[in-house]
Amino acid sequence: MKDVRDALMVAYTSDGKTVRRPLSPHLQIYAPQMTSILSIMNRVTGIAVSVGTLLLVWWLVAAAAGPGAFATVQGFVASPVGLFVLFGWTASLFFHFFNGIRHLAWDAGFGFDLPQTYASGWAVVAATAVSTVLVWAVGLWLL
Amino acid sequence: MRESISIDVRRSQLGRARGVGAGHSGVGHWRSERITSIALVPLTLWFIYAMLHLVGAPQPAVAAWVSNPINATLLLVLIFITFQHMHLGLQVICEDYVSNKWQMTLMILGAKAGSLVLGLLASVAVLKLALT
Repeated sequence: MKDVRDALMVAYTSDGKTVRRPLSPHLQIYAPQMTSILSIMNRVTGIAVSVGTLLLVWWLVAAAAGPGAFATVQGFVASPVGLFVLFGWTASLFFHFFNGIRHLAWDAGFGFDLPQTYASGWAVVAATAVSTVLVWAVGLWLL
Repeated sequence: MRESISIDVRRSQLGRARGVGAGHSGVGHWRSERITSIALVPLTLWFIYAMLHLVGAPQPAVAAWVSNPINATLLLVLIFITFQHMHLGLQVICEDYVSNKWQMTLMILGAKAGSLVLGLLASVAVLKLALT
């Protein structure tokens, strides 16, 4: 051992043999599961929501600047690209919101069984889809 | 049979561990991330409700809505906690995927600076609408 951190790689099998811990599975041979996909989606949507805050900041700054600047933002949001960005932001926000609650439940020690993990995962997917469609339906109806 | 474990070092073990992994302030970061996420649960629901309330509204209507002290305060809290949570999350992503230490540090500082500037910009806009 060259480095004290290598001590973390030493492990014992159940029959007492010393082994070097395996590294994380390589992405190209790792069979994706629903749980691992949702796990990385939490980060992807986190980045997407972060990028989406640019739209929120632009919207607020334009509202403070006056009716002209505000009309520009509204024009962008109503354009095909703007609608796509806003829809993606809504879906990402809802996914990160519901999966974040799932993570908070795990942090509190609930829902670690494999069947429960899959059930909560599908619940997050369903809640994201329903909420996104519902908010857009209400939004378009109010418009 | 357990193989004997010997460690070939000239520096002290504490010196090697310092600044690596849990040698940083990981607990505080982890806790801040959870606390901000709990706070964001009601704030996000309120924000979605507010956006549905304001959908398609012209600038004077939005300005009037923000000038309500309750809306302005909730917006400022939402902005503060959102950008706090955002930079904490972006920092973890940089730490996990950027292996070059210099690059990682620069990207974390960039995420912090970006979150700070965006948060302040949004706050100043809200304050201008709220106080005029």
